[in-house]
Amino acid sequence: MLNQYAAPLDLTFHALADPTRRAMVDRLTLGSASVSELAEPLAMSLPAVVQHLHVLEASGLVRSEKVGRVRTCHVEPKALGGAEDWIAQRRKSWEQRLDRLGEYLAEHPEQPRKGSKS
Amino acid sequence: MNTPQERSALHATFTIERTYEARPAHVFKAWAEPTAKASWFGPKDLPHESREFDFEVGGHERFAVETPDGSVYLFDSLYRDIVEGERIVYTYDMYRGEARISVSLATVEFEAVGAATKLSFTEQGVFLDGLDTPAEREHGTAVLLDSLGEALRKETL
Repeated sequence: MLNQYAAPLDLTFHALADPTRRAMVDRLTLGSASVSELAEPLAMSLPAVVQHLHVLEASGLVRSEKVGRVRTCHVEPKALGGAEDWIAQRRKSWEQRLDRLGEYLAEHPEQPRKGSKS
Repeated sequence: MNTPQERSALHATFTIERTYEARPAHVFKAWAEPTAKASWFGPKDLPHESREFDFEVGGHERFAVETPDGSVYLFDSLYRDIVEGERIVYTYDMYRGEARISVSLATVEFEAVGAATKLSFTEQGVFLDGLDTPAEREHGTAVLLDSLGEALRKETL
């Protein structure tokens, strides 16, 4: 079971082990960008950026498409733990809701039987 | 949004348990009666309204929440199974605006533990087209980076 995930996880960790590639992923979480937009804040040549992009693409974290002469890159939400994120969000809102239910029940105890005094 | 829609379907399940100092019949009522449910179900800090509440098998409950960015989230539930004081099963679709972002099966179980009630809430869902917000996506990156850091720490130990 674990082995099934080991390879992609290795690629993911390898891809993110480099500060330049982390910066590229950070930039792409804000929205898709062309290769030259990605390269702009980085102090390196365009071919070097493209190499980093290849590593990110191999990990599945980033995908790119060429339209005309422009290659546009975007993060792959699935690889970025989209499902885990969703569970965490949904779980959190239910935890808060069930806590409110607890508060409500504490404030509204079961009515004592008629005739008995509390 | 004018970018072409990318299709995806992600599946997930989670369970939350809570114990309340009240009998199952009383906890169950907080789910079954509209005024009781309205006092805890909606978020404390966001505007929300119940648009329909028909607590019976085949009945709908519709509930809307507005978030600070102006998005309206609509929960559209359909009650599938109700066993008084013991169990509620319903399905619900969640929409952000017009877009259906998830479809879920929710099971609420009430179990007596002495004078208290153990409540189990289980949601099994499919999350559609990755329609999360950029903020959530960013959070996802942070989580991934944290787990990277953790994995690296373990490796060096």
